[in-house]
Amino acid sequence: MTRLFFLLLLVTTGPAFAGPGGEAGRYMEAEDYVRGAFPGGSPAPRTLWVSGDLRDAVERVLGHRFAALRLRYWHDGAKSVWILDEIGKELPITIGVTVAGSAIENVRVLEFRESRGWEVRYPFFTDQFVDARLEADGRLDRRIDGITGATLSVGAVTRIARVALLLDDNIKTKG
Amino acid sequence: MNIRKAISLVTALLLASTASQAQQAPATIEELWEIVQRQQAQIDELRLELGEARAAMAATNERVEETEVRVEATGDYVETLAAADTGAQKTTIGGYGELHYNNTKSDAGDSDEIDFHRFVLFFGHEFSDRVRFFSEFELEHSLAGDGAPGEVELEQAYAEYALTENTFAKTGLFLLPLGILNETHEPTTFYGVERNDVESIILPSTWWEAGAGMNGRLGNGLSWDAAVHSGLAMPTDGGSAFRVRSGRQKVAEAIASDPAYTMRLKYTGVRGLELAASYQYQADPSQVAGDGLDSGQLFTAHAIFQRGWFGLRALYAGWNFDGFAVEAAGADKQDGWYVEPSLRFSDNWGIYARYEDLDAARDQDKFTQSEFGLNYWPVPGVVLKVDYRMREHSLPALAVRDFDSLSLGFGYNF
Repeated sequence: MTRLFFLLLLVTTGPAFAGPGGEAGRYMEAEDYVRGAFPGGSPAPRTLWVSGDLRDAVERVLGHRFAALRLRYWHDGAKSVWILDEIGKELPITIGVTVAGSAIENVRVLEFRESRGWEVRYPFFTDQFVDARLEADGRLDRRIDGITGATLSVGAVTRIARVALLLDDNIKTKG
Repeated sequence: MNIRKAISLVTALLLASTASQAQQAPATIEELWEIVQRQQAQIDELRLELGEARAAMAATNERVEETEVRVEATGDYVETLAAADTGAQKTTIGGYGELHYNNTKSDAGDSDEIDFHRFVLFFGHEFSDRVRFFSEFELEHSLAGDGAPGEVELEQAYAEYALTENTFAKTGLFLLPLGILNETHEPTTFYGVERNDVESIILPSTWWEAGAGMNGRLGNGLSWDAAVHSGLAMPTDGGSAFRVRSGRQKVAEAIASDPAYTMRLKYTGVRGLELAASYQYQADPSQVAGDGLDSGQLFTAHAIFQRGWFGLRALYAGWNFDGFAVEAAGADKQDGWYVEPSLRFSDNWGIYARYEDLDAARDQDKFTQSEFGLNYWPVPGVVLKVDYRMREHSLPALAVRDFDSLSLGFGYNF
């Protein structure tokens, strides 16, 4: 047992320290996501300070404190792009959301760090958000089918989609 | 006379006109020079004022830029403090818990029991982009210690290493990739106050072992897991002889003579569908040579379909043991299955029904059970549950232990 265990340990974990392996679950760089959202050229990033009523609304959706004071976002015409982190179970998932005309144009999992639930990266899941809008009560105007075994990650992506719509509405209201 | 008067009048007009022209005559050069000098002075004065205004504007801009830099730096610092405060950067904390109340009626006797079954804390840490740590620490049944019903357990403590973007290795103490509930068992994620019995008796969830493993995520929805790890040490005599659940050593000074191997293949490439199958082999599930329990093989498969309001779970799990003693006891084949349809009416409400059929080592673990119930999620992280179970034992001699049970539950995760 001992010899076998150490052999497998060596085989499996050795490469992780030996060379330039992959970055766990990093599927896309944020810059590439922004470039994809604005094919004509990415606008300069802007800063949104999350305070007052906006902070309250964001924290209501997340169900916990929002640690950041401000957010970087990209905005051109009716389109805005948001890159946000949210924890499903253990570690933050980095999610890109593109909003156009107050509806979601695209959701993409850019980096997945948790131990389980990585299936939320699949288009069959993220495509459910396309064209989703916020209802008056802050919920999405549609039901998002979950993934068994990824319930907590599904919840994280859904919360971020709602937050992105909320933030988009905020920058448009303020002009 | 008239002519003289006319001439006089014309003369007077001419004189008046001449005098008027003398009054509006162009300024002299001296006068013009004076005007130019005055205007130049005004221009100089305005230039000076403009220069001062520009300088003031530049200074203001510089101060605004400095202020922006300071505000950004302050924001960075405050966010760093906030992140440190919440542990949101590298170290994270989470948890779940569940409280159960069971009112059971049986010919063998009625019982009322309330139990804070599980209180669990997660601690995760991201060492680098490639190395992460996950752990789960649990207090079962609220009170642990000599004579107390509960236990303090370390259910997970392992590091995961990214070999490539979609291939991972792990070492430490981890949950085995078997069934539906063993890896994901937060109470908000399943129906029923108590976990299903197939994944308690046949698959002894929560089941963790220590060792090393790998998993890969293929682009077409397929993923695989493989692990070599510590194994069971099943008793071969007494009331729990050949009972799989009693064989868990929980990696507590565990016997490690005979390793076990677990593999899983999972497909999640279609929305709402999960198909998975796992296989485990252990050379000696008792880890005692010559005791009549020589080897064990576990096979389990499950399907989950969830689309819209409708959900369906079905799972089969079965053991095959070799050895004269286990065969003589009739415990060489132990298996069970369940099917669970459900309807979720909204984000807050859902109902389910479940039917289970088990044939395990102990006589009381051979039964069928029907149940139905309701989950209410006031918010996604909190659930209230109620269900009703009806168990019928397979052996007529144990019919006295058949029971009906009403259960209430509260669960949470964060």
